[in-house]
Amino acid sequence: MSLMEQIYKQVILERSRHPHHQGSLDNPDLQQEGVNPSCGDELTLTVRISDGCIADAAFEGHGCAISQASADLMADALIGLNLDEARVLSAAFKRMIRGQEVDGDPDLGELRALEGIRKLHARVKCATLPWTTLETALDGRGGVASEE
Amino acid sequence: MTVLDSAHLRGDFPILSRQVHGHPLVYLDHAASSQRPRAVIDAIVNHYQLHHANVHRGAHQLSAEATDAYEAARATVAGFLGAPSPRSLVFVRNATEAINLLARSWGDAELREGDEIIVSVAEHHANLVPWQLAAQRTGARLRAIPLDQDGRLDLSALRRLLGPRTRLLAVAHVSNVLGGVHPLAEMAEMARAVGALTFVDGAQAAPHLPVDVGALGVDAYAVSGHKMLGPTGIGALWVRAELLEGMPPFLGGGEMIRTVEIERSTYADIPMRFEAGTPAVAEAVGMAEGVRYLEAVGMDNIWSHDRELAVAMFERFDGLAGVRTFGPRGPDRGGILPFVVDGVHPHDVASALDAEGIAVRAGHHCAQPLMRALGVPATVRASAYLTTTVDEIDALTSAVASARDFFAAYA
Repeated sequence: MSLMEQIYKQVILERSRHPHHQGSLDNPDLQQEGVNPSCGDELTLTVRISDGCIADAAFEGHGCAISQASADLMADALIGLNLDEARVLSAAFKRMIRGQEVDGDPDLGELRALEGIRKLHARVKCATLPWTTLETALDGRGGVASEE
Repeated sequence: MTVLDSAHLRGDFPILSRQVHGHPLVYLDHAASSQRPRAVIDAIVNHYQLHHANVHRGAHQLSAEATDAYEAARATVAGFLGAPSPRSLVFVRNATEAINLLARSWGDAELREGDEIIVSVAEHHANLVPWQLAAQRTGARLRAIPLDQDGRLDLSALRRLLGPRTRLLAVAHVSNVLGGVHPLAEMAEMARAVGALTFVDGAQAAPHLPVDVGALGVDAYAVSGHKMLGPTGIGALWVRAELLEGMPPFLGGGEMIRTVEIERSTYADIPMRFEAGTPAVAEAVGMAEGVRYLEAVGMDNIWSHDRELAVAMFERFDGLAGVRTFGPRGPDRGGILPFVVDGVHPHDVASALDAEGIAVRAGHHCAQPLMRALGVPATVRASAYLTTTVDEIDALTSAVASARDFFAAYA
């Protein structure tokens, strides 16, 4: 498999072209902008919470295939989790993308398709931008999340 | 082959023999930072091994040698820019610091409410943000020259913008994204006619073409060492001597004073007034060595080579379906090629090239207003220099075609 095929797995390319969760939710419980100032990628994440669990999540904005696929797969993975589980998942995802996984990390499922990105150092922040945006939303810090 | 024997020059640049992701490095990111020939690396090592001490203050042999080397470097860089005298050449950290120096020192002292600074829509953020900050402090305002349809600065729009309120025209000599050379001599004359000064961000020009600040008729000119074969952390600001002499200090500290009391100080003459603290001595020595290398190759030759490569790039990219290029075409265009692949984000294109060992930049290139003017959020940018060969342009072209096809398979 070429380096490109290791990094741009089919699911990444498909999700970046045909995302399942693109758009903006009406009356979201959480809404957060995120930017990557070095490359100009921008996204807005909206999340609806019901009974303490994430009922729906969506994103809009513009960015590369990696940031778009990461956002879309993140939205998939978040639905059904409570907020603590979402935080744990985010931390585990970031450890995976940096090659620093630890025992006890939750099963990352389809998110593992993004694992190859650790081979292109320059692109790790593209994959983590949606997650940093999520973390900022969960912490209620306000402002714009930034992947510097 | 172009006018330069680039294949031969490449032997002088150690980094160009390395591999990236299992492929020979094709370095096409010179507009972000050039690479260094062995002579520059050796000059820095030699300085530290034999001559290093603090400058302008030691009462010993090494300090005298280091001071001589530092001042010789100033003379070399000043001569390279056609400056009448080294005394109006200030060493700074980079072109960005040079612009901040000018905006803080000249800008804060001279700008008044309602004054206007004319920039262009194609400026690097380094030639926008310092002026925005100066405008906020003083009540001055910025106005921008738009591009014409060909991607050149619209000089008729400049003519309309210039007026009695204009204090400064602050523009790049060569656009870091579009690669076009701006007609500075003409623009500076237009500015002078309304009593305005002209500052030039020469970071992308001085590495590539002959610069003569006197012939251009400009008032100040900034360059970055690392874009012209030198080390990082060093750049230079030339300011017309009469203007520099009247400017108040920017940073305060040692080196820039004449006498110091608790409550007040008097300041050194130019250029030392603007060089507070221990300067980047080894870096200045390295920058001067880079300048000597460029002069030995010949700036006319480098500029001809650059333009030939620009032609070669367009010839090849014009044949690539689904790929769009930007910027003017003609003899006023250097070897910087911004492009997009339809339907593929520039970062993904850059990663596909990186996987083949080809280094390019992707993003907004610190020129977000220009990206808006071009109607794209970002571009890929390939930028050539004296070591770039036509073979490398071929490698780029074929890798861009492969990247387009790779991503198109999932469209």
